[in-house]
Formats: sequence, C-alpha cells, structure tokens
Amino acid sequence: MFQRFLWLEWKFFFRSASLGKNIGLKIFLIFLALYFSVAFLALGIGLYPLLQETFPNQDPLQMVNRFVLLWLVFELGFRFMIQTLPVLDIKPLLNLPISRRKAVNFVLLKSMYSFFNFLPLFIIIPFGIFCINKGDYGTWNIIGWMIAMIATTQCVNFLNFLIKKKFTDNLKALIPAILAVVILGTLEYFKVFEISFWFGKMMNFLVLNPYLAVLPIVMLIILYKWNQLNLESKFYLDAGLKEKQKDADTKNFEWTKKFGVLAPFLQLDLKLIWRNKRPKTTIYMSLLLLGYGLFIYPGDMYGHPAMYVFVGVFMTGIFMINFGQFVPSWDASYYPMIMAQNIPLKDYLSSKAMLISSSVIVLAILSTPYIYFGWDILLINMVAALYNIGVNVPILLYSGSFNKKRIDLDKSPFMNYQGTGAAQWIVGIPLMFLPVLIFWLLNFFINFEAGLIALSGLGLLGLLLRASLMKYIAGVYQKRKYAMINGFKQTGE
Amino acid sequence: MITATNLSKVYGGTKVLNIEHLDIPEGESFGLVGNNGAGKTTFFSLLLDLIQPTAGNIFNHEITVSQSEDWKPFTASFIDESFLIGYLTPEEYFYFVGELRGANKADIDSFLTSFEDFFHGEILGRKKYLRDLSKGNQKKVGIVAALIGNPKVVILDEPFANLDPTTQIRLKKIIKELTENREVTVLISSHDLIHVTEVCERIVVLDKGEVVKDIKTSEATLSELERYFSGEVEVTQAEELS
Repeated sequence: MFQRFLWLEWKFFFRSASLGKNIGLKIFLIFLALYFSVAFLALGIGLYPLLQETFPNQDPLQMVNRFVLLWLVFELGFRFMIQTLPVLDIKPLLNLPISRRKAVNFVLLKSMYSFFNFLPLFIIIPFGIFCINKGDYGTWNIIGWMIAMIATTQCVNFLNFLIKKKFTDNLKALIPAILAVVILGTLEYFKVFEISFWFGKMMNFLVLNPYLAVLPIVMLIILYKWNQLNLESKFYLDAGLKEKQKDADTKNFEWTKKFGVLAPFLQLDLKLIWRNKRPKTTIYMSLLLLGYGLFIYPGDMYGHPAMYVFVGVFMTGIFMINFGQFVPSWDASYYPMIMAQNIPLKDYLSSKAMLISSSVIVLAILSTPYIYFGWDILLINMVAALYNIGVNVPILLYSGSFNKKRIDLDKSPFMNYQGTGAAQWIVGIPLMFLPVLIFWLLNFFINFEAGLIALSGLGLLGLLLRASLMKYIAGVYQKRKYAMINGFKQTGE
Repeated sequence: MITATNLSKVYGGTKVLNIEHLDIPEGESFGLVGNNGAGKTTFFSLLLDLIQPTAGNIFNHEITVSQSEDWKPFTASFIDESFLIGYLTPEEYFYFVGELRGANKADIDSFLTSFEDFFHGEILGRKKYLRDLSKGNQKKVGIVAALIGNPKVVILDEPFANLDPTTQIRLKKIIKELTENREVTVLISSHDLIHVTEVCERIVVLDKGEVVKDIKTSEATLSELERYFSGEVEVTQAEELS
C-alpha cells in the first residue's frame, strides 16, 4: 500500500501544472537547503573545538546541554511558522478500500523525512563524534545522548503537527502556552529561575545514564500515537467542510464613493484585502516592517545616506511591493469575469494604482516619527515615497502583466510561493536598487541635495505621465490577456 | 446581431471549433447543443474574447470582439464559477455588477425583488459569502447577475446544470420572458434536450467543432434531436464492432 501512496506522490509532483515553470523557485529552495546544510554541518564540526577554545574550563557537552531547551523552543516556533504537515488528498481515497490507519501512518511517517528533521543531525552527529573522541565520556553514553537528541527532534516534529492541527483555527487557545514560555524566558533572563540550567542538568544526567534515552523515545511514540488518533478522527470528508460558518462581514467602504468610476473597484480591492487571509497578512507585514528603521537609524554601521534611501523606499513601499507584485493574480479566481464584464482595463488598473499609492502615503505618514533621528531621515523618506508613487507603481503594474500564476486567497502566506514567478524576482531589482543607485551616484559626484532632487524629480515626472503610462500598461495587459486567463485557470502548486 | 465568419480555434493541432458562417439575429433565443468536446464553451469563450480565435472573427453588433471592448456594455454572461467573486456576499456581488452596468443600489434592489421566487429564500440576506454557497445557489447568483442592467446579449453556458427541478422550471420561465419582446438575444448551451427545445426558437448542434444541424424549433425538433444523438451512439458502436 505504501508503494502505491508513494507512486501517487510521485505522479502528483511530476504532473503538477506548474512543474518546470517553477524551476527557478525550486533551484532557489534547493540552494537554501544546501546552504543551511553546510552551515549546520560547519557548526556541528566546529562546535566542540570552538567551545573548548573559548571556555577552556568548561565541558563542551555540558555547555551544549544548557542550550538544548532554548534550541527546542526556537525550533518549535520556527517549524510552527514554516513547516506544514505533508498532505495526502484524502477525498479520492475515502471510498476506496484503504484502511484509515494506513493512510494516516503514511502521512506521519513521511513527515519524519522532512528536511527540518535532518538539519539537527548535521550538528548532533559530528558533535557527538567529537565528544566520543576528545571528551572523557564513554562511547555508549554519547550514543545514548545522540539517540535522545534525535528522538527529541522528532518529538518536536510531531508536537508541531499536533499544535497545528489543534490550534490553527483557534490561535487564542495558544495564549496560555505562549505566556508560560514568556514567563519562563523572563525568569531565565533575570536569573530568578533558570530552567535551561535544570534542563541542562537533566541532559547531563542522561549522559551519565545512557539507558534513559528510552524516555524521549517513549515520548516520541506517545506523540506519534496521539497524532495518529487525532488524524484518524479527522479522516472524514466533512471534517474539512464543517468549518464554523461565520457571518459574512458586510463592511461596505462607502467612503470610496468619492472616487467616482474607480469606486466599485476600490471597494472590491478593499474587500479582497480585508476578507482574505493572504492579502490581509500583507497589511500586518507592512506595519511590522515599518519598524525596520529602528534597526538601521541608531547604528552607525550603515550610516551611508544611500542606505537610508533604501530603507525609505522599502518602508514606505512595503505594501506596494507585497501587494503590487501580485497584481492581477489576486483576482485570478474571477479574472474571466473581470475580462468579460463591462470593465475598462484602464479603470481596473487605475484603481489598483490608486490603492497602492494611498498605501505609500499612509506608510509615509506613519514613518514621520523617525524625524527623531534627524530631518534628513524624514526628508529622505518623503522623497522615497514620492519616488515610489511616481516611478515604482507603474513599474510594478507593468511587471504585473507578466503574472499568469493563480493565487488562492485563503492560503497562509508563510513560505507560500504560489503565484511567484521570475517576474517577482526580477522586478525587485529596479524597484529597490535603481533609486539607491541614482541617489548614490549623485550624492557621490555632486551632493546630498542633488540626489534627493533627482529622485523627487523622477517621482513627479512619473506622476505627470501617469495617465499615458496607464494607457500604455493597459495596452500591454490587453495583449497578455489570453495568456493570463489561461494561466489563472491552472490550479495546483 | 452576432456573426461568426470563418471562425476556427486550434489547440495543439486539433481543430476544436470550425464555423464557416453563423448569423444570430437580434432578439433570437439561440440554443447550442452537442456532446462533450463539441465546442460549445469554446464558442462562448470566443464570443466573450476570453480566448483568441486561430482564424476568423466574431462580430457582436458589428463590433469585432477581439479588437474593441465596446461590446462589453451590452453583453452579459455567466460561463462558470470563475465569473463569481467568492469573497463577496450575493447582494454585494449584484451591487458590484450593477455599478459596472449603470444600475444603482435602489435599481438593483427592485430588480432583485422579481427574482425572489427564483432564489427561493436561499440567496439574499443569508450573510454568506458566495464561496460558501452550494454549486446550485452559486449558479442562481451568476445567472441573475447576467441579467442586470438590461443587456442586449445574454450568454449562459449550461444554465440548467446543477439546478434543482423547481429552479429549472423557473429559469425556463425567466428566459422565455426575456426573449418575449425580441429585444434581447439569448444564447444558451445545454445537455438537456427537453429544456433547450422548450426555450429556444433555434437550435444548432455542434459536433467536434462543426455545425452539423441548424434547426428552427418546432414540435418535431425534440424527437429529431433525440434521433440524432442516439443515432450517433449507434454509429460509434457499429464502428467499434467492425
């Protein structure tokens, strides 16, 4: 049976609509995976000698043990955001003679081979070997430690799925747990009660009594069973269907009426953002990243004004980039309707431009408190906002005409590359670095003011030419229309 | 008046549609029937400029649909769920379409009252997003939205599929009323021969992209169509046997 599941997986992967088109993205992910593997391996090999050299009086293994808990908490948080439970499309399997347990086991066992579970091995194994060779522990003691660590990693794996399955719909229920972590962290920080110390002690005790490695294994089995039972109970078609039906939100954004012909589109876009998970997250992201300046301005290390231009373009344009780069993929699921309805493309695009430009203005206003770090900063941010509105908005909309990948609005945006194609990567370059380059050159050869004047001049020019630019872009969209409609129809990752 | 001339669409070397000449006069109720893959949806998609013809042209009231957008104000359509915006409630969707077609909220509200029967209390005021409605109810919303703003041309792809019997009967009534004054051209496709013969005054049968029959509907049409489609089955069976 497992072979058959594997066969299905294989077909799913190689027959998915976007294989090949996505090759750039795949290469990028493989590169990331390789990078992390090498980094972890280097850490694993270097850890023992490094600790020995830096803290000659302490035992490296005991030091590492003290950090195990911290690592586990971090790993769990990281996995919670990024790792997803491997999915098996159960719908077609439900009416076939396949036992539930088998399908569930397949999903769970498959998750054990996740890349996230291999990463810690790159540290655990080399470090363990060093301990055996150089430290004064017995071979069995370290093997016990290694087994315990590997089992713990797998425990985190399954714990993550339990949390995900049980709490993703109800994140509030997680608050007590997060609170507990925060309290323990604070106590640790102020050295009132150092839990990592006690956990380290426990790990040390385990090293002395390697047979105790059985404990994490037992825990692993318990977690596995728990997951198994939990998933089995959800192995019904309606488990996915009977989500709580919330009353529809009927906010109407009546104030958009001022914008005349664009009003219906603006309303639609605002509803799109407000009522769907993925676009909604872009708003929170934008507000969060507004804090980026706090990391840059106080330090001297990035003190070059060109860097400030980058920060300005980034902060005031973060929503522009996050939302704008997926225009018109946001409307993918009803793009044929947009094309067949009585909607002039120009109005459709103008409303997008209006929405994005407003976001830049709002973010620019929100960034004014950075005046604390000097007038220069404020000035740079305002100029960057002007540049964003005048130049970057049309560039983004133009690059949008190359989008032909669908976006499912309801999927979570974390590590979600749906809708991402070459256009998204390429457009980042002129968007962010062109203004920096222009400013840097003028600042270098003439002076600071010249750089700012050039950027604002370009922004104003873009605004003056907006109407004809939009007309041109609408023409491009018209030409690419058929490819877009066809592309947006392709579902699947 | 809709005219297709030398219209063809080729996908990967296969001709999926090939219509030499087809005139659909203003005010006609036009039915398109044919087995799967006959080219019905392809024809409608070409008419709405959602796909590009390989050769030939379609004119909608003298406007070449692939050249100009001017046919959009008087043409309304419902092809499939991709014509619905899932995160809107039905009311919001109607208002949105209304605004695109120059009807304000009050117009839409009074327009919708005439469909209360058709909706059967399952659409309006339920505080549900379109994506949470059942397939049949989604279809009702799409069909009614295609009637907003007095369009001159209405295109409905398989409007009867997925509807419950009561709604099918009500839909037939709606379509008949629509074409009564002979001002609105209605194009529908269907797999249900009984429905289509009942509401359409002219029926065109497509097979593998070609027009094989063009019938002015009469008493005999239903049996003629039934004979044609069952005959086709017999022919293919005979081919397989030989």
